[in-house]
Amino acid sequence: MNHLDELEATSIYILREAFRNLGRLGLLWSIGKDSTVLLWLAKKAFFGHCPFPFIHVDTSYKIPEMIVYRDKVAKELGLELIVHRNEEALAAGMGPQGGRLVCCKALKTDALAEMTHKYGFDGLIVGVRRDEEGSRSKERIFSERNQSDEWDYTNQAPELWGQFKTDFPAGHHIRVHPLLEWNELDIWRYIERENMPIIDLYFSKDGERYRSLGCLPCTRKVRSNASNVSEIVEELSKTNISERAGRAQDQEDAYAMQKLRRDGYM
Amino acid sequence: MNENTRENLKLVVTGHVDHGKSTVIGRLLYDTDALPQGTIDRVREISKETGQPFEFAFLLDAFEEERKQGITLDTTRLQFSTAKRDYLIIDAPGHKEFLKNMISGAADAEAAFLVVDAKSGVEEQTKRHAHMLSLLGIDRVGVLVNKMDLVGYDRAVFFAIQKELTSFLLNLDLVSGPFVPLSALLGENILKPSELMPWYSGPTLIGTLDSLEKITRPQAVRFPIQDVYKFDDRRIIAGRLESGSLKVGDKLLISPGGKKTTIVSFAAWLKKDELTLAHAGQSLGIIVEDEFFNKRGELITAIDGSPKVTDNFKASIFWLGRAPLLKGKKYKLKLATFSSEASIEKIYGLIQSENLAPVAGAAEVSFNEVAEVLIRSKTPLALDLFSEHKVTGRFVLMDGYEVAGGGIVTGITEGAMLLSGFVDGEIRARSEVFEEYVYSLERMLVTKKPGKCFLYHLGDSVPLEGESYNYPDSFDIVVFRDQVAIKIRSGVVSAITRLCDYLYEGFPMVNGRGFALKADSDAKWLELRQALIVPGSLDETELATKYLDFNTYRKISFG
Repeated sequence: MNHLDELEATSIYILREAFRNLGRLGLLWSIGKDSTVLLWLAKKAFFGHCPFPFIHVDTSYKIPEMIVYRDKVAKELGLELIVHRNEEALAAGMGPQGGRLVCCKALKTDALAEMTHKYGFDGLIVGVRRDEEGSRSKERIFSERNQSDEWDYTNQAPELWGQFKTDFPAGHHIRVHPLLEWNELDIWRYIERENMPIIDLYFSKDGERYRSLGCLPCTRKVRSNASNVSEIVEELSKTNISERAGRAQDQEDAYAMQKLRRDGYM
Repeated sequence: MNENTRENLKLVVTGHVDHGKSTVIGRLLYDTDALPQGTIDRVREISKETGQPFEFAFLLDAFEEERKQGITLDTTRLQFSTAKRDYLIIDAPGHKEFLKNMISGAADAEAAFLVVDAKSGVEEQTKRHAHMLSLLGIDRVGVLVNKMDLVGYDRAVFFAIQKELTSFLLNLDLVSGPFVPLSALLGENILKPSELMPWYSGPTLIGTLDSLEKITRPQAVRFPIQDVYKFDDRRIIAGRLESGSLKVGDKLLISPGGKKTTIVSFAAWLKKDELTLAHAGQSLGIIVEDEFFNKRGELITAIDGSPKVTDNFKASIFWLGRAPLLKGKKYKLKLATFSSEASIEKIYGLIQSENLAPVAGAAEVSFNEVAEVLIRSKTPLALDLFSEHKVTGRFVLMDGYEVAGGGIVTGITEGAMLLSGFVDGEIRARSEVFEEYVYSLERMLVTKKPGKCFLYHLGDSVPLEGESYNYPDSFDIVVFRDQVAIKIRSGVVSAITRLCDYLYEGFPMVNGRGFALKADSDAKWLELRQALIVPGSLDETELATKYLDFNTYRKISFG
């Protein structure tokens, strides 16, 4: 077993634990590389089946190609797709012009909470990784959220020997993080090895590419000539620019992500 | 070397609060250029913004609370490489309050560093962490004597700590690696030997890291059933092969039930993932020959090298629950994929991390304490000694919604391999008296009908009549293999005694399988007992023919 084999086997184990032990389960699919790897792993874990719905929390500000790609893949793979928006906030004119963190909270955190309770999810599979940013580095694989979707990061449950947190009061839910131990390069090496389809926004056009996908107004491209998966792998093994450097919400203040995630952000 | 075939090692950094664990890791990452650009700048900015001096620990202590209080609250892990291999370095909090977070981080590590502050010396959590490492089965430990700058790089201080810890680690059966004097803050003895400590000729921090050996997995097959899928016309047994290897055609034993079957194929979504041979660590889907009813919690092994089957075992546990562990209270036991209600039958003693001395007579186990206990599971399970198989020899206990403790199996008592039978404290007897015997028309074999395992205690009512048996209201059961006798009076278990204490009272007698014993007087009973006790006086067939009668209370139904 090499490193990628081990990561894959562990993630499949986690997905199967979630499916077995959590009642109503869904997978947050952001169309980006990480949650698309999750989709691929779910297919492997359940032998070609996807026994839970895929959820897209749509801010309406996403890069338009993402929506086109989402609908195409969902149709091809026959996914049960739930698209949810915070319609109330959008109707009231919410957008990044009113402050990035306020916007993220309304269109992502609040929309996610609304969706979680509307469908009564007990478990949400999310593609976050430890190496993305500080508060994620401290996460558990099965991470509890209370009835208000808050993360009590000062008092996390012990997690040992693959015995995950699967007992919790009604109204709480579990965020399941099968990719927690993967890093950005692992993701790209895996995409390369599996010859997996991936949205082409990551590939360089005119000397620029997206390294992390998000909302159009808040996501910057990076300078890059990597125009296919193996060139990205090559580029990332040499760079030391951080992955989320192009994500504006992270830079708002020193503990921006910690605050967003405490309130329920993914 | 190919990036994908490099060796990797998970290493946890432990030790007393404030001895510099996060600083050691921060320094390692900084000196080896393992950090993305901007991380250092961002930490510098945050330090400036919040008016705190720059600390390497901030690279790991991401939470605002951690940086403000200067301590690690929760565990994290970071990747980093040397020329030799890739590492996953796990930072674990050293504060007593956060022992549960330390354990969360350390549980799946393969080796450990124990950091000791040269100036303060060995402290409470130094020993407690070492104790936890031994309970978690992490037996490769390197000791880092940090903050040597605070003691003027004095060799005497270093050797005193080495002397004190060496014997302590030995008592825990921990293989102590080298002791390394260093200053993480000032970068002494990290990548290259320190000129300030010419008296030290051992390896640097990096050298020590690379010298820790990886533990190899055992060879015997252990495949805990995680789930059984029937998404389509295939019936797939899902799980992770924890040790050993499996191939198509292999014969399997499924415990605790004891069923046997054969692997027909491995399921896979993609053609390229189809297997004929599976290795340890792989998440698999197995299709077997017989369509038994298999379920999560059962353990698949090879026919030989089977696990132990029992409903009780001795264990060392560490308790993390807010409420103390109480004898007799109901908990949920989770071992590999098995889970069941369970209780603590005995607390043999508490083990003090300070000196590893056991203290007997405890009625409960409090937060952060370690104890030796006897655990009884409501349903029997397949398990192993932790010393032989880690994955099937360790478990957690849930108290309500809380993961309240963890432990390792240290002993499986004789006579404990009980599926159905009678129990009164230490006295235990296996018995199939109330199980149904059926003749399978298809297989032309008499077998026990698979059913629920049941343990009877004093005062329990027993089912006197079944499909294939009918016993009198009052009778005695003599279980020779366990040397135990049970008295049933008016359908209730009235006595469970050792055979040496048993007195014949003239009631009908059956053996442990429900066959009538041909004894209707004191004299006959003594003769029979003698014949059965003295081995070799008669062979088994002769014995059975002479003293057993199947038809008195039993018949065989078709199944």
